Order: sequence, then C-alpha cells, then structure tokens
Amino acid sequence: MSESLYRRMLTFANARLWQLVHIDILLIGSLLLLIGGGLFVLYSASGQNVAMVERQVFRFAVGMMVCLVLAQLPPKYMRRASPALYVFIVFLLIGVLMFGVGAKGAQRWLSLPGGLRFQPSEIMKIVMPMMVAWYFSNRALPPSFKQILTVIGLIVMPVLLIAKQPDLGTSLLVAVSGIFALFLAGLGWRYILGAASLAPIAGYILWQVMHDYQKQRVLTFLNPESDPLGSGWNIIQSKTAIGSGGLYGKGWLEGTQAQLDFLPESHTDFIIAVLAEEFGMLGCGLLICAYLLVIARGLYVAAMAEDNYARLLAGSLTLTFFVYMFVNIGMVSGILPVVGVPLPLVSYGGTSIITIMATFGILMSIQTHKRAR
Amino acid sequence: MSRQHQQFRNYRQEQRLTQHRVIAAAIFVIVLVCILMARLFYLQVIEYDLYQTKADDNRVMLVTDPPPRGLIYDRNGLVLADNRPIHSLTVTPERVEDFIELKKALSSIIDISDSEWENFDIRLREYRRPYQSITLKSQLTDEEWARVSVDLYRLDGVQVEAQLTRYYPYGEAFAHAIGYVGRITANDLKRVDQQAYQGALFIGKTGIEGFYEKELFGEAGFSKVEVNARGRIMSQLERQSPVPGKDLHLYLDARLQQYAYDLLGDYKGSVVAIDPETGGILALVSKPGFDPNLFVRGISVADYSTLRQSKKLPLFNRALRGGYPPASTIKPFMALAGLDYGFASWTERYFAKGYYQINPDGRRYRDWKRTGHGWINLERSIIESVDTYYYQLANKMGITPIHNFLSRFGFGRSTLLDLNGDSSGLLPSNEWKKAKYNEPWYPGDSVNVGIGQGFMVATPMQIASATSALASRGRYFYPRMADKIGNEAAQFEGDLGGEHDIILKDQGNWERMVNAMRKVITDSLGTARRLQGTKYDIAGKTGTGQVFSLQEDEEYDSEKLEKRLHDHALFIGFAPAKAPKISVFAIFENGGSSSKPADLSKKLFDAYLYDKYPPHYDYLKGKGNE
Repeated sequence: MSESLYRRMLTFANARLWQLVHIDILLIGSLLLLIGGGLFVLYSASGQNVAMVERQVFRFAVGMMVCLVLAQLPPKYMRRASPALYVFIVFLLIGVLMFGVGAKGAQRWLSLPGGLRFQPSEIMKIVMPMMVAWYFSNRALPPSFKQILTVIGLIVMPVLLIAKQPDLGTSLLVAVSGIFALFLAGLGWRYILGAASLAPIAGYILWQVMHDYQKQRVLTFLNPESDPLGSGWNIIQSKTAIGSGGLYGKGWLEGTQAQLDFLPESHTDFIIAVLAEEFGMLGCGLLICAYLLVIARGLYVAAMAEDNYARLLAGSLTLTFFVYMFVNIGMVSGILPVVGVPLPLVSYGGTSIITIMATFGILMSIQTHKRAR
Repeated sequence: MSRQHQQFRNYRQEQRLTQHRVIAAAIFVIVLVCILMARLFYLQVIEYDLYQTKADDNRVMLVTDPPPRGLIYDRNGLVLADNRPIHSLTVTPERVEDFIELKKALSSIIDISDSEWENFDIRLREYRRPYQSITLKSQLTDEEWARVSVDLYRLDGVQVEAQLTRYYPYGEAFAHAIGYVGRITANDLKRVDQQAYQGALFIGKTGIEGFYEKELFGEAGFSKVEVNARGRIMSQLERQSPVPGKDLHLYLDARLQQYAYDLLGDYKGSVVAIDPETGGILALVSKPGFDPNLFVRGISVADYSTLRQSKKLPLFNRALRGGYPPASTIKPFMALAGLDYGFASWTERYFAKGYYQINPDGRRYRDWKRTGHGWINLERSIIESVDTYYYQLANKMGITPIHNFLSRFGFGRSTLLDLNGDSSGLLPSNEWKKAKYNEPWYPGDSVNVGIGQGFMVATPMQIASATSALASRGRYFYPRMADKIGNEAAQFEGDLGGEHDIILKDQGNWERMVNAMRKVITDSLGTARRLQGTKYDIAGKTGTGQVFSLQEDEEYDSEKLEKRLHDHALFIGFAPAKAPKISVFAIFENGGSSSKPADLSKKLFDAYLYDKYPPHYDYLKGKGNE
C-alpha cells in the first residue's frame, strides 16, 4: 500500500508536465518545507512581528520568481554567459571598492539609480562556480596541475576583492564555491591532502591580514567567557538558548532567551538558536532533515546531470548551500567562530534569499533541460 | 587542438569521476551533519541543566520590596518619626553610554556636588546586581525635580525615583531619645538579612530607631520578576507583599520633653522623667542635642566634625551615658540602707558639727554648712541635707551593705529595657577597688560614697529610675520607652514588672522617707523650700555634685571659678507625693546651685500634672490618646 503510494508520488514527481515547465517538484517541495518552517520560526524570532514575516514572504515570492525564470533558461546559455558574467562581476567588485557604499566600516553595496542597492559579492557566489565549471566544460577531467593553478587564480582574484571590502564571510564562501567545483572536477587527492597540511600556514597568513574586529571574533570564539558582556555575549547567549531548549524545547513563542531579547540577532544570523530553544533538539533535527532533503536532491541532480558544466555547477552550488547551513549552525552553537553567515532560507534578510533561490533555479534548469534518453 | 582533444575524451569516465566526487561530498555532508547533531546533543541533552539554569538566571530577578517603616508616636499620638516621600536622582550604569557626557549634561541641569559624584563613583565600583540603579542625588527639591523631569527623555539611564525617607519633625530635643536612622553600611549588613535590606535606604542606628529596628522595619516583600535583556521587568512571576513595620507608641510626652529641653537653657545637662506606675520614660533629655535629620541624608564630613569637636559634646547621650556623682540625691537611699541594715533609726539623735572626722585629728570631712546643723535626726538630715550625718552613717555601714542595698535600685548596672548603649555607672565595692586599684577599701572611701561622691558614679537614667522606685514605695520598674508595639503592649524579656519590688525590713520606712522628702520643700529649712506654694505635694531632694575637690580649708567661691568648674546642680523629685504620677531627675552641668534643677522639676510637675505648659508648646499636643 505504502509502496504503491510512493510509486504514485514518484510518478507525480516525474510527470512530464513538470518537466515541460522546468520545475523539479522534489526540489521545490523540500524548499517549500524549509521555507515554511523558517517563516514559522521567524514569526517567533521577530517578536511576533507580522509585518516582518510579510516582508520575508515577499522576498521569497521574488526569489521564487527568479528561481522559476532561471529554470527556464537552458544550461548551455548559462555556460556561454559564464565568462562574461565573471568578468562583469569582477569589474563590479572593483567598482565597489572604489564607489561602494557601506555600513559598519565595510563597503559592500553598489548603489543603482532609483535608490536600489545590491551586493556584487553575493552574485559572485553563483558566478564563481559557473566560471570554474565553464573552464572545465571543454577540458578533459581530471585537471592538470597547470589547470589547477589557473582555476586557483580565477578563484583568488574575486576572493581578494571581496575580502578587501572587508567581508571575510562572503569571500570564504565564494572561495569555497570555487573550490568545490574544482573538487568535483576531480582535483587529485594528493593536492587536497597537501592543501590540508598547508592549512596552518594559510591560517597564520590569514591572521596577519585580518582586521582587528575579525581577530576579535576569533578570540571570542576561542574563549567567549573572557568578555561575557562584550564580544562574548552573543555566543554565550546563543549557547544558553540552545542548551536550555533541551530535547523538546520550551514551546513556540515560549523561548525566554529569544522573547526577552537576551539572544542577539535572533531573527537574522542567530535564528537557529530560537528554533533550538523553542522546539529543542527535535526541532533542530527536523530542520536539518529538511536541509538534507534539499541537499540530497541537489547532489542527485549534480550526479545525473548531462555534462561536466552542469555537474560541476549543480554540485558546487549544492555543497555551498550546505556550507552556509553548516557554518551558520556551527557558529551559533559555538563550534565555529562567529562570521556573518545567515542561515540559508530561514534567516531574515534580502539579498541572500534571492541568490539562493537563483541557485535552485539553476539546479532545476539543469535537471529539466536534459535531452530525453 | 582542444576540439580534437575533446573528441578523444572519455565522457563516461569523466562522468563517473564527478559522480564519485559527489558521493564523497555526500559522505562529507553526512559527517559534518553528524558533528552538528552531536554538538546539539551535547548542548541540549548533556549540558541541558547548566543552560536551563543560565537561562533562568538571565530572566528571573528577585526584587526586594522594602516595607514602609513604622512610625514613632509619643504618648499623645504625636508623630515623632515620620516617613516622607522624596525624589532622588538615580542612574542605571548599564544604560549609560558615556559617563563624561552624562556628567556634562546633568551639570547643566542641576547642581551635583563633587562629593555626590565621588559617592556615586564609589558605589559604582562596589558589587551590585546588573541594572540596579545607584542614587546620585537624593532629596531633590521640587524645582530640581521639575528641571530633571523635563530633560529625562534625553538622559539615558537616568531616572527620578520616589522613595520614602525618615523625617524627625521636632529635631534636636528628641535626638537622644528617638535616635535616628542612617545609610546602611557594610557593617550594618553583617547583622541583618542582606536580602531583606536590598531595597531599603536606611537602618536604625541609635535610640529607639536602633533598638526597635526589627519591629520598625517590618518584613521586606519579594517579587520574582521576569526581566528582559535590558533589565526591564516584563512580568511578575511570584510576589510576597511586604509587611509594613510596626508603629511604636512611646511613653514619651513630646511636650514635656521639649519643655524640659528648653528649661535647661544654655546649660549642658540632662532631664529624665519617669512614670512611677509603669516605669515608662516620659522625658529623656540630653542637652545639647543635634538635628537627627542630618544623619538621615548622610551627614557631611564638615557637619559631622563640627558636631564631634564641639566642647559641648552634642552627640554624647548624657541621660544614658553621662557619669555623674549623684551627690546629695543619694541621701534618701543611703538613709534607707542605714535603716534596713540597722545602722540608723528615725529617732536616734546626732550632733552635726561643721565637719566629720573618722579619727580624732584625722582628716576633716566638711559639711556644706560651715557652722553645722546642731542636733538633728534622720528626717532632718534629709530636710537639711546634712553631710556629716551621712559621713558617719556610711563609715558605720561600710561599703558592702551600701553596695548591696543600692544595687537593688539599679545603681551600678544597666537597667534599660529598650535603649542600647547605656552606661552602668559605678557602684563601688571592695572587690571593685581591689581589682581596679589593687588597694583595700578605706573607711574614707565609704565616707565619700555616703554623700554620693568619691568613687560613686551614676547616670541620670539610673538616678531617675531609683527615684521612681522611691516614688512608688519600692515598686521597681526597669525604665522603658515603648508602651505599645503596633497594637500590642510591649513585652520585655527579663522584665519582672511589679514582682521586682524592693522589700524593706520595715515597709513603713517608704512612707516615712517620702514624708521627709516632702519636708525638703515644706520645711522652713528645707533645701528646696523655694518650691513651696503648689496645690499638690512635691517630694524631692537636692544635690550639688563637686566637679573638682576643694582642699580641706578652701572656700568654694563660685564667683572666682570658671563656669566649667562650677558644681553640677542636681534634683530628684516626684509628685504628687501621695500617689506619684511623675518622678524627675534633673542635672544642670556646672549649674552651681540646685535651685535650677529644682525649679525645672517643679515646672515639669505643673505642666505634666495640670497641663500648665506655656501656650507655645501646643504644637506638640498631639491628637490625644487614641
């Protein structure tokens, strides 16, 4: 009985109609699950601010449109546009450094006519793997040493530009998205092990070039109790929120840490702590399961894609999405330093929702534009 | 070239390569997710209790609700210690962004002295709960209050708090009787429940305020409240209301107290009036006094050192701690001792010369009357205050009977029920002298004690309570201030009340002694004959206490002596003699002649018994007894 139900669902998911409108129903379904749960938590985390939830819903609507539109675009066009996009965004990043507007001592936005602002570094998160995938699309895999060096050069240039804004979190994520593409392209294990052994040295160099506030974050991460009312406050309060949630949580809207404002940034970067406090480990487990559904589907799309470009792009976009989630939950629960990475599709905020939904539009395009076998 | 190369590519193998990498990535994802779940398990299951406690510590705050302090009333329902609302400027340091800016902003609005800032800085460094406010300036004037209130919106972390402060409406005459409250010090906190006093501003320091601290304070209320991260109270979880302090109703008569204080004039001195029927203290005066309200606010260093350094010792409670020779006021008690121990009788006659010698050719102990009193008896010795009679009596008795008898009247020990810090005076004995000077007791020592001089020292309170025992014919009461605590009669541990009677071998001696003391006034040779002409009978005894000893042949000439070396003038008395309602002890330090305390006592009797107060004391009348 359940066997046949599963079959029927599978049939529904593979229906030609969805294929025609270029929608991957499994991906969209798990995304909607995640988004719905996220809105539910946001309502609590925002202090039951309906207006805030409405704005977030509006962003998802826009994001969903971007997603559906991109899904209609065949991957081959994306591939062709990749190098141009890359060059364009790199120019924009240079522009940001020269004419950008900023907040809190960092320049991250470009102003557009009409009062709009956007963050080129955000788009780079997609364009970076596109560029690497394009580079390998007409080259035989695995890459040669020379090709690896070239790709690293392609990665490092925008990463440095973004780090200079300074926006360490985004620059690392951009780097990671490129590196994932390189990894999926078959980067030799010896290179990976070699790089891993060089990590301490890289860490040292990174420390030298870091800004004071960035260093402070790392120090606080290592010992939050050293400054409990200052820079350690966030992490102490988020751990308290998570821990006091226990197995089943305190109940929706009942989290004292979140509702009484002890938890900072509770509707943005630290939203997982609200979930953890109000719904406990069970709630966190369910949310992570929803993420895993999305990621599993993304990796499936990557594995089943038609060509190298599609495989590398789909795989690295999916893995970057995972890294977002991991870094965010890791930092909020105190196993990673606090870097400004929102919880994808759950944290309140503008640009990242659009780029992430765009990511899934690309994945759906890859999945639904395959030539019939 | 690349196109050519492309043709030889093994697409299948490349696909498999990427697919393997995808699987490797999936494993990587699963491992990392397991790490996350392990982390959540650690925080939410293993460390759950720790974080649960931390979360509760964050949100739950115990707020102490200070109870209103009990009021202190005199016997006529007049409020002697009141609570008044004041407005204080307080600062919550956690909400202040920049203290220098705040200081600038505040200084432009109201005057805040350097010492107020200093005190604030000190308290800022002390331990306190986060978000607990610190008083910067207390007792804002209405104008200051208005000025600050207008600008409050732009002063983050500053608020005006309404509090109750203690106020003593009648000032210095009452300072030594009522005492005062003051700021709570670290030392005070050692003897009270710190939690209960958390929101309290004051603690009783001296007098009634000090002794009845527990009753006046009441019980602090507590509320468990939920606060948000900025310390704002969001909801109340639990509340235990404060129990207001109990009101104290004293025996004290405010008019009598103020009147006695005023009657001392410019003299230093003390007056204690007691109701012989209850032992209740009607007046407890020590002059000079001080304004107790100074201590409530926190006295300034300058004011305090002025008070401390004054030669008149205004902070010294003469009534409780002043050690004076009782002088001739001891004679009625000495006579009773002689009678009780069989060393004296009412009928036995004695020839009083101008001096007394223990041995012929020995030292001459002089009588106040150079010519002597001639043939006298015991009654006459009281009326005329014959020194030589008591020299010989004391010499005959020796110190032990004197010590034993006088100690029954409360001499030489602390007898106060509800005031702290009284001195026990000194009732000498053989043992005492041995211990103190390592010398035996000499007959000459007894001779001096016989007229209330020499080693003997008593406080006004002791002499007054002994007089009260005399007035009530041996019913000895420990003197007491409080009549009712709240609605209940004050109870004292160890208070024997009427059972503490002093029983004489011949109880008729009480009446005979009172009679002799009446004649001190009525007899034409009585030392207090100036008090004649009252509708009621006064019984009394004068005394002049030597401040310094005259040489054997020296004449006391008050004209030549500095005022501070003048004799102390004393009087004990009670009225009406038959059934006394009031007994009084008065001392004018360096007052010279005992006429001053005698006149004072008579005025107090008139006032207390027949309401003959000068009209300007009406403001102290009170509402009458409820």
